[in-house]
Amino acid sequence: MPAKASRAAFGEALIELGAKDERIVTLDADLSKSTMTAGFAKKYPGRAFNLGIAEANMVGIAAGLALTGRVPFACSFACFIVGRFETIRISVAYTNANVKIVGTHVGVAIGEDGYSQMGLEDIACMRALPNVPIVQPADEVETKQAIAYAAEHPGPIYLRLTRQNLEPVCPPDYAFRLGRWCLLRAGSDVTLIATGGTVFNALEAAKLLEREGILADVINASSIKPLDEEMLGRSASKTGRVVTIEDHSVAGGLGGAVAEWLAEVRPTPLKRIGTTTFGESGDPRGLYAKFGFDPAGIARSVAKFLGR
Amino acid sequence: MGDARLDAIARACRVQIIRMLTHAGSGHPGGSLSVIDVLVAIMFGRLRHDPTRPDWPERDRIVLSKGHAVPALYAAMAAAGYFSDDALITLRKLGSPLQGHPDRLALSGIEAATGSLGQGLSVALGLALGAKLAGSPSRVYCVLGDGEIQEGQVWEAAMSAPKLGQPDHPVDNLTVVVDYNRIQLDDFCAKVLDLEPVVTKWQAFGWPVIEIDGHDMGQIAKALDQAEATKRTPTLIVAHTVKGKGVSFMENNPEWHGKAPKPAQAISAIREILGVTEAGWDAFVAADTATAAIVDELRRLDAK
Repeated sequence: MPAKASRAAFGEALIELGAKDERIVTLDADLSKSTMTAGFAKKYPGRAFNLGIAEANMVGIAAGLALTGRVPFACSFACFIVGRFETIRISVAYTNANVKIVGTHVGVAIGEDGYSQMGLEDIACMRALPNVPIVQPADEVETKQAIAYAAEHPGPIYLRLTRQNLEPVCPPDYAFRLGRWCLLRAGSDVTLIATGGTVFNALEAAKLLEREGILADVINASSIKPLDEEMLGRSASKTGRVVTIEDHSVAGGLGGAVAEWLAEVRPTPLKRIGTTTFGESGDPRGLYAKFGFDPAGIARSVAKFLGR
Repeated sequence: MGDARLDAIARACRVQIIRMLTHAGSGHPGGSLSVIDVLVAIMFGRLRHDPTRPDWPERDRIVLSKGHAVPALYAAMAAAGYFSDDALITLRKLGSPLQGHPDRLALSGIEAATGSLGQGLSVALGLALGAKLAGSPSRVYCVLGDGEIQEGQVWEAAMSAPKLGQPDHPVDNLTVVVDYNRIQLDDFCAKVLDLEPVVTKWQAFGWPVIEIDGHDMGQIAKALDQAEATKRTPTLIVAHTVKGKGVSFMENNPEWHGKAPKPAQAISAIREILGVTEAGWDAFVAADTATAAIVDELRRLDAK
């Protein structure tokens, strides 16, 4: 299976789900070609609404549609849609409107467009809402399953999707479940927990670390909220060292969530790999190297963390 | 031209607004008193709803975007039978479904959480569009505050509304009312950030606009009729109102935007709302057990 962006898999999944589920509608804010809902709009023109460059209004309309029984997917770049946080907070979350909030173009991986277009704080914002799960799939198979799940999930949910292609990482028998992570590789010395675009690189980093005699558990944490506390606890107890890897700010992101849980429940040494600065323009590969999200960078951070 | 039945309901709701805010010790009397006539005209004049079945899918819906005026909505809902008048004095108290601003999950009959200003029109547009997509006859009423239209999201919604759902599902099932009482929290709107020209702004965004006296039941009814008869576009009604309407010391006074009356002030307010002179008050209360109970309850509050 070739690499595919999760936004592209999302667009395909919507078209398939839309045929079976009349309730599904899409809302966009002039980025439907980028969020990949344009295909759905072409196939079901009466069920796709482009509200122009006005994300707050789009989110509010999605809430109203949800309250009349539609299943709206409200889509934009993660930074723009979550940037309308106050509308999400009241019209969607507090109202408990069944809106699927889709944020694409996450992380420094979008590259050349630079920081203003990068979703780097969206997880932190959305995590603070009490009733909104957060899902970031790691490849095409998982994306399609996660979108199908989201359509059935009874309430708001936040989906975090990438612009860049994602290599397949899920096992053949994979079945997405909210709150369940997937152990992709078993080790004993350290636990690597990655999400979305960094999962494949974490697996590659584990191969590099193996050459140095470091055996890593590699976990795909697609369910950022809720965490898979059982797997986190089990792996942390086994290895005694945890590293989180995400293309998002370490403050409030997956790393923040894992840190909070470990500190309260199972104190374990932790290294969080993610952004601590603004992003910048550049080629995606170069940016991943600069931010230490490439396999070599991850392996280096892990080895240092383990004192090797 | 008035409407004696609606005027009487609105008068009773005004008494309840004063009563509940006084018991709560906080809240927003000015904007509740300015908007109550419009709310009563909608809820008792035309809303297709069933208080015993608040989740009836084909019901008409009210979105009170100026959520701080929710005492007015609670008073109207109690009058319509959603819950008892006694529940009104739990407003803002721990554990009460009558939250300080509308909470859809806490209270059946509330259509959307509001109170963070600027959001209700977008939700109302979604409700109206959703009704059209479902082939439902449901009509949506959205009430905006005047100061609220300083929020940018209102204009995103205003710009999108005339085009939304076209050509098959235009949201002509939406009526929007601006409660134009000319006062916001800090001061008169004209001093904080002038809204004028309100009518031509909305017209420029493609809306038919009707201007009325928002305390005249006849004018409100006529405007609501006209809005319902308008096809292919939602309608905006600019309701010119008086903040604190019905209570002389609250009228047109920014001080009463967000302050609850003390029990003695509340009793004076209720007397004025009921149109009774000071000289005739004791005799009136002696003859009217319902008012007597409210007054007695307020006096006990003062003694606490």
